Amino acid sequence: MTILKRGLSRRRVLQTGMAGIIGSGVAPLVFTKGAWAQEFCNNPTGDTVVFGLNLPLTGTYAEEGADEQRAYELAIAHLNGEGDGGLLNVLQPSALKGNGILGKKVTYVSSDSQTKSDVARAGATRMIERDGAIMITGGSSSGEAIAVQGLCQEMGVIFMAGLTHSNDTTGKDKRRYGFRHFFNAYQSGIGLAPVLGDSYGKDRRAYHLTADYTWGWTQEESIKNATEALGWETVAAVRTPLGATDYSQYLTPILNSGADVLILNHYGLDMVNSLTQAVQFGMRDRQANGKDFQIVTPLISELMAKGAGESVKGIFGTSNWHWNLQDPGSIAFTKSFGAKYGSPPSQAAHTAYVQALLYADAVERAGTFYPPEVIKALEGFEFDGMGNGPTVYRADDHQCIKSVLVVQGNESPTSEFDVLNVFQEIDRDTVTYDPTIFGGELGEAEPVPMCA
Amino acid sequence: MFEVIFLQFLNGLDKGAAYALIALGLTLVFGTLGVVNFAHGALFMLGAFCAVTVRMFLTMETVTVDPEKLSPWGSPLEIREPLVQAWFGDFGAVLVNYSVPLSIIITIPIMLVVGIALERGIIKHFYKRSHAEQILVTFGLAIVAQEVIKSVYGPNPIPQPMPTDLRGAADIGAFLGMQANIITYPIWRLIYFVFAAVVIGGVFAFLQFTTFGMVVRAGMADRETVALLGINIDRRFTIMFGLAAVVAGIAGVMYTPLLPPNYHLGMDFLVLSFVVVVVGGMGSLPGAVAAGFLLGILQSFASMNQVKAVFPGIDQIIIYLVAVIILLVRPRGLFGRRGVMEA
Repeated sequence: MTILKRGLSRRRVLQTGMAGIIGSGVAPLVFTKGAWAQEFCNNPTGDTVVFGLNLPLTGTYAEEGADEQRAYELAIAHLNGEGDGGLLNVLQPSALKGNGILGKKVTYVSSDSQTKSDVARAGATRMIERDGAIMITGGSSSGEAIAVQGLCQEMGVIFMAGLTHSNDTTGKDKRRYGFRHFFNAYQSGIGLAPVLGDSYGKDRRAYHLTADYTWGWTQEESIKNATEALGWETVAAVRTPLGATDYSQYLTPILNSGADVLILNHYGLDMVNSLTQAVQFGMRDRQANGKDFQIVTPLISELMAKGAGESVKGIFGTSNWHWNLQDPGSIAFTKSFGAKYGSPPSQAAHTAYVQALLYADAVERAGTFYPPEVIKALEGFEFDGMGNGPTVYRADDHQCIKSVLVVQGNESPTSEFDVLNVFQEIDRDTVTYDPTIFGGELGEAEPVPMCA
Repeated sequence: MFEVIFLQFLNGLDKGAAYALIALGLTLVFGTLGVVNFAHGALFMLGAFCAVTVRMFLTMETVTVDPEKLSPWGSPLEIREPLVQAWFGDFGAVLVNYSVPLSIIITIPIMLVVGIALERGIIKHFYKRSHAEQILVTFGLAIVAQEVIKSVYGPNPIPQPMPTDLRGAADIGAFLGMQANIITYPIWRLIYFVFAAVVIGGVFAFLQFTTFGMVVRAGMADRETVALLGINIDRRFTIMFGLAAVVAGIAGVMYTPLLPPNYHLGMDFLVLSFVVVVVGGMGSLPGAVAAGFLLGILQSFASMNQVKAVFPGIDQIIIYLVAVIILLVRPRGLFGRRGVMEA
């Protein structure tokens, strides 16, 4: 009634008109940019942003976890403009400025996953819900990676996996919010089998000892398929519990099994133990089927090689990266890491460092922390300079496709760090595969789930 | 097939040796003091960390920086030289190489003191308490010990290399006049078995052929009568507790090249060893030894692929399965005596 008395004022006309424009969806984009700002998990509102580092600091893969932690601390320092900048100087293309991410200083919280999937998941939950982590990263086990990336999908938080080599991580268990820089077991098989054929011949009988969880299963399958395609026969594939320490009961049956190759689908301390005990059992001095008995470790790192000492000499395996590569990225990272910690970085450290930078770069390019936009920025991203040659973050399965290394235990090391040689670099095209072969669905990025 | 069975048998002896050594110490304590000592696994672990400590001292290094040479990452090269080798030359290298067996010399007095202090300081106050209370206090002690080790040495296993001369495998087949390279077995595992046999034999000989041992056995049979004869049986039992700690400790030392020790090592063995003691018969020394080897051998045979093909996962449960069967058939265990833990 009052309105009728006073009539339509100019202010009321403007208010009504503006409401109508916005309500009818024809508002200029400038008003909607950033409209998602309050609608995703742990949207950073202050001048800092928190990474959640989920690291196996105890357990079977503790060595890798400790090296990942060093790498993350280095990456965060470089992102904040401290130190020599490391790979920020060589990443191409790069939106990183060395002033944090979108001007916010990067900090971190960490959790010891104990190389256990349930603990890793609980730690990630805590870091997201209590500590406000915008992104979860780390891990040295595929069991952990799959558990945590499932959680991250549910909570709408991006997961940048650390060391995980199971085909399932970007195969049947892939998730829209999960990204893997590390290579996988299938690529190990493609890269390693021709080298094994050339070195040991096409008529071999292999015996597998396999860590009994997702990574071991897929590696066993991949290596079996690749070696059987060469003409090798698989005598037996025996599962061993993750974290087993005494392998004698698994090794004695091999001695008279008719096998002439032992393939150890183990990693971390499991591999150090199984390899050294296999050598103690005299396997490398044996003859079987008229041939020298051989041991193969399809996935190997310099940390494990160092732990295994003399036992690893001459043994073939594959790696994601090695510190003595001579491209500018590898040189820069090794120099930066070595100067700070007094030892060269492991492949676990490398992948951890690269993942931290790739996430930060994607946020800068997206111009927001809003996960679906960051995901878009990462999917299909082509980059170079990080030590693996030209690399693409494949949009179909969130697997980085890049070259893979076949490495061999150094017969005459010149220092305690000189334990592996790069035997052959398998180019990216050779290890590229159809992403549909492992099945799985990425799921949707939106609507973004809210974590709390 | 003979080779396969023989190798599994050797493997069983090797495993059984560790079980028997720990179970022997447990039984010594139970037989003399009547205490169910859940801290016994921790004594095994403490012995292992004596070896770790000795090696840490022997491998201490001096670090000098050579500005003329560069590391792979471009920093001046750090040159590390082991102190012991700098002081003693080749003899120092031998000391480092044989650090594990040499650790036994240090471990024996340490574990003796630890055992006696544990008994006098804490456990003696629980002699007249129930077994449940004894278990609670000794289990608490085990947790304290492992947390102390964890805080000092960290949570991760610390590998202890065996002497280089003893790293290979012995060709037992060739030794027995068979074809070479058919039956080979790691030298250190054979040494561990012999070591266990010597220790077990030594403990039995000590109890059987010395006056001290005779008094202890008399005390185990009838403590009050021995005390009435004017013999301080409590002191002898205290020493037996120390001896049990020494047995567990040196067993832990010699096991370190086979299993890199961490703070949890004792707990890993404790459960199995208690099963061994129960199967052997509470308080029976021969029972503990026999059950240790029996269960080690059974576990080894259960690991054969032919067995697992029929019973998947049997290697993980065989010990407990056998324990259930034996306790159903012979509730006192293989060598158990009437009245022990039956009150």
